[in-house]
Amino acid sequence: MKQVDYASVMARRNETMLSALGLDYSPFLEHPIAFDYEALMGMVDYDVDTIRRIQADSGVGDTALIELKQITELGRLLAPPGKGARIFVKDEAANPSGSYKARRASLSLHHAQQAGFRGAVAATSGNYGAAVASQAAMRNLDCIVVQEVFDSLGIGQPEILEKGRACEIYGAEVLQLSVGPELFYQFLRVLEETGYFNASLYTPYAIAGVEPLGVEIVEQMTAATGRAPDVVMCTHAGGGNLTGTARGLLKAGATDTQVVAASVDLTGLHMASDRDFNRKHFTTGHTGFGIPFAGWPDRTDVPRNAARALRYMDRYLLLKQGEVFYMTEMLARLEGLERGPAGNVALAGALALAQEMDAGQTIVVQETEYAGAGKQPSAQLSFARSRGIDIRRGDSDDEVPGESVVIPDHPSRLRVRDVDLDRVRKSLIRKATTLVPEGRVTRQEDIAFLAAETRTDTAFVERVLEAQTRN
Amino acid sequence: MQSHCGQWVQIRTTVLAPGERADSIPAETQHVPLDRRVKGWQVAPETARAGDDVEVRSTLGRHYWGRLEAINPPYGHDFGAAIPELLEAGEQARAILTQGRKSS
Repeated sequence: MKQVDYASVMARRNETMLSALGLDYSPFLEHPIAFDYEALMGMVDYDVDTIRRIQADSGVGDTALIELKQITELGRLLAPPGKGARIFVKDEAANPSGSYKARRASLSLHHAQQAGFRGAVAATSGNYGAAVASQAAMRNLDCIVVQEVFDSLGIGQPEILEKGRACEIYGAEVLQLSVGPELFYQFLRVLEETGYFNASLYTPYAIAGVEPLGVEIVEQMTAATGRAPDVVMCTHAGGGNLTGTARGLLKAGATDTQVVAASVDLTGLHMASDRDFNRKHFTTGHTGFGIPFAGWPDRTDVPRNAARALRYMDRYLLLKQGEVFYMTEMLARLEGLERGPAGNVALAGALALAQEMDAGQTIVVQETEYAGAGKQPSAQLSFARSRGIDIRRGDSDDEVPGESVVIPDHPSRLRVRDVDLDRVRKSLIRKATTLVPEGRVTRQEDIAFLAAETRTDTAFVERVLEAQTRN
Repeated sequence: MQSHCGQWVQIRTTVLAPGERADSIPAETQHVPLDRRVKGWQVAPETARAGDDVEVRSTLGRHYWGRLEAINPPYGHDFGAAIPELLEAGEQARAILTQGRKSS
């Protein structure tokens, strides 16, 4: 009988993950650094039109594109003359489980079904759990979701409790855990016990499933404005949303569209801290995932992560929690759309960025999510207030994560705050050097790979490597 | 609270005790257990009280053992109360738009 203690289960992690994927990753693990990313994505042997047909068959995709006219107008009133891009949003809340995550789940579960799995397991505290549960329900597959929900006192914040409830309503067995990365141990045990599919967010299927979102944006914007958008804003956490959307944009020929990431700034809060857990008022789309995943994507439940956001990111903006709550209010009050938090991170970034852009230019915020009980600012901020968080109006820059939420006292407080992407790129390259035995990257294939990974060129990579050798 | 066989209950199990937790996590998390809560139909014993060991069958037919925590616990999360700071922000934005239209 297999030992099921922590060390034994973790020691078997690679074989457990691989047998639960139905994919052969070995060609991509021959070298510690370089692998053929397009060949990895090529394991999905459907073109984007076929993916759209598969997804349409399960009610996914083809969501409305809505122009946010009054938010655009507000941006123009704040901007210098002639500035203030038009802002549009993709209403992804219309997907079966209420978020764009249905796109990732639908293609993954299609694959699972084709490969003969009887059920799927997902380790997620986000909308993805409900998406996998919903797609599994449609296909008569079992679904188990392993979630981080509570602190050690058994307290969970409203948004995360709602995400757990949503999984249960679609018939999933939900294992709700207290805080800690050892959730992965529980996840592996479930995979071993059941032999079910690992519905990871990071397989090529989970990323290829998002590509139609990018294609739809180009088609709908061309119909609405005569051309592809100038900017697509993506709320960024694990990187799959941005990667899949950007790949779709390219497949639709939108090579000039800038892809801009946006995350909520939770600097100072530790993701594995039992104390900080309920002091984060956003459960995803924040820097706790966004920065580490941009700087090193291979930190997941698959051997090679298909979500590689830094390859596609033109800019990366940080928003304050109070700014995102503010924009959620604006979306309801000015546009008549009550939507959940995730997409509104990008929306807050869009209002700020639009003011730098010409009035003739366009921005697409590429997702909304549903707004059930627990997901509203009223729910999250009432919970925060009851736990002593200082909620006030003022200058967003005065917000201290874990202590305060500052609702902007004027829309001009929403500002563009760029992450220094070169720092993130350098960090990725330095991390890669630790993977080769001699601690030095010399192979040309590795240098070219790192240039592609960081969206730079080989000269940039060589400069970083050289500076590192000197130190 | 007394639960009976066949009721939908929530149980709690310690997955990792404080001494068994990963080395890489913050001290405040290392000092508490990793707990798991799951819901299912009570299979055994016939009756139980809070804290008693019970066996449940999940909605997928899988069996779990743990301490009885609650009988069909309410989800509990709700809409909270309106946030005055956001109500004010909404009114202000409409006023800015109205003002902007007047002056253009």
